[in-house]
Amino acid sequence: MKNKFLLILIFCFFLKPGISYSLVEIDITRGNLDPLPISVSPFFIDEASKEKIKKNLDIDNLGSEISKVIENNLSKTGLFDALDKESFLQKPDIAHLKPRFEDWVLIKSQVLITGKVTSKFINEKDYIKIEFKLWDVLGAKMVDGFSLTTVPTNWRRVGHKISDKVYERLTGESGYFDTRIIYVAEDGPKTQRVKKLAIMDQDGFNTKYLTLGNELVLTPRFNPTNQMVTYLSYFRNMPRVYLLNIETGKQEVVGDFPGMTFAPRFSPDGKKIIMSLAKDGNSEIWVRNLETNIQEKLTDHPSIDTSPSYSPDGKYITFNSDRSGYQQIYVMRSDGSKVKRISFGKGIYGTPVWSPRGDLIAFTKLHKGKFFIGVMRTDGTGERLLTENFYQEAPSWSPNGRIIIFYRETKTDDKGQGFSAKLWSIDLTGYNERLVPTETDGSDPSWSSLLGN
Amino acid sequence: MNLSKIFKNAFLIVIFGLIVTACATKKSVKTTESSTTKAAETQKADPIEKLDALMQGDVYIGSDTVGELASGVPDRVFFATNETILTTASRETLRKQAAWLRQNSDVTVVVEGHADERGTREYNLALGERRANAAKDYLMTYGVSSDRIKVLSYGKERPVDSGSNPLSWSKNRRSVTVKAN
Repeated sequence: MKNKFLLILIFCFFLKPGISYSLVEIDITRGNLDPLPISVSPFFIDEASKEKIKKNLDIDNLGSEISKVIENNLSKTGLFDALDKESFLQKPDIAHLKPRFEDWVLIKSQVLITGKVTSKFINEKDYIKIEFKLWDVLGAKMVDGFSLTTVPTNWRRVGHKISDKVYERLTGESGYFDTRIIYVAEDGPKTQRVKKLAIMDQDGFNTKYLTLGNELVLTPRFNPTNQMVTYLSYFRNMPRVYLLNIETGKQEVVGDFPGMTFAPRFSPDGKKIIMSLAKDGNSEIWVRNLETNIQEKLTDHPSIDTSPSYSPDGKYITFNSDRSGYQQIYVMRSDGSKVKRISFGKGIYGTPVWSPRGDLIAFTKLHKGKFFIGVMRTDGTGERLLTENFYQEAPSWSPNGRIIIFYRETKTDDKGQGFSAKLWSIDLTGYNERLVPTETDGSDPSWSSLLGN
Repeated sequence: MNLSKIFKNAFLIVIFGLIVTACATKKSVKTTESSTTKAAETQKADPIEKLDALMQGDVYIGSDTVGELASGVPDRVFFATNETILTTASRETLRKQAAWLRQNSDVTVVVEGHADERGTREYNLALGERRANAAKDYLMTYGVSSDRIKVLSYGKERPVDSGSNPLSWSKNRRSVTVKAN
């Protein structure tokens, strides 16, 4: 299954960035910059292909739809300003073949994306071939592009792959569009919330529910190396950490522990799960190796130790402990030695999550009745609060470490009404805060790594 | 196999697992309508006096949501913010529970630990477990055998009052002793 995309990648060319391309590069380390004007031309599709695809997918113009996926992805970064298609002077097919750059300069576009969709019939099966080209308008040349063939239902993923390519080419950072988000879908009154595991594309499409809501489920987290998920389930009223293969649906309890296990996360190599075990009023951090089935206790303290998260090199673990009286953030070596407190600001700190780049730890902070999502360096210096609200927590990093997704709950009124839980994202810069669309209320988001081929 | 098929399979397997072992969550206590209405009216009349009557420090001392394990034996005790220490009133309630449990030696219980919404989810799970164990330990001190008491932490997942105010939070910081058989 995993090779599917590869196998049908019949013709794929990457124009590797040369040394002298003049294409405008975006510095994404700054917030509040002028977004780059970009034109996403509707992808050209011939009439015969249109009809064929209409039959397969019930989509009138797949070319336009793919360009919308790309435009939506790029616009939401806040780094690009997608220009109005009404102002485009060139037809999609001509633009894709060889744009007349003057026309695009005229509408002040600096970058142009064009493409073409064709229906293919290979070995008795329908496929779609999608070509894309990225043009530097001012430099008047093509700077990147590829073409790939896949089953029609994969069309949104192709849009995401193109978005990733554009983002990578223009920012110099790896993309994050061909990814998924697993989260807890919520419904019902606050006192009897029904919670289900749900997964969706990063842009909110293709939502699937993975559990029915019969038991409470919390804190799903992706394995950074594959499509496995670990989460907490109250199955049979026994709160335990589970492992779920979202491709096969197979799930199993992780380890054999004498009490509640919770707060699970994978190690960066995906081979271990780190979690808390609560027993006799004391929570300690444990690690279980999924290959050897050896489990080991890492902390030994009568306080609450929870919310562990590995550094991307696997050498350290950051976690949450109240051993100083209130919740604070600590770092230790991954064998449990050299425990060191790193949060010293005003307030209490929870849910530390190590950035995939390794240089920062995202956290939740509670101070004077407000909740903040922030980041600090791994030694605790350079604390920066990104967003403040009545209640929000559970930061999770985009795979490129540029964006943090979290959830936010609203305050209820005097009658206990008006509660909601929503997913939000914010750039590491503290700008570009956005609601992440979900079909129902949502919480505990976790971002997958790039899906690969 | 395409993606949707995979999900369909995953979904079916999950469904199957659920059907095989459907589980029942116990709803421990219902707030009766009359008591809420009455509370609302009193609050209107004199909110400050009402709060004083219902909270000591920030520990709930009212009886709005309290049910009974048996006649005259309250089912729950309340905690201060971030605390797991049992108050004098809590200890009195737990002694009543212990006495009743000693008289009814065939009864087993689950002590459910809960936290209010003003804390991170995972920490609150640990805090709920600690609160439930504080209650369990006290019951054991008064002669109830540990194998008759299970603990279960819900963290902040099962508030009994959906309000976002100090009084609601105080009702939600609780441990509830629920009959398990």
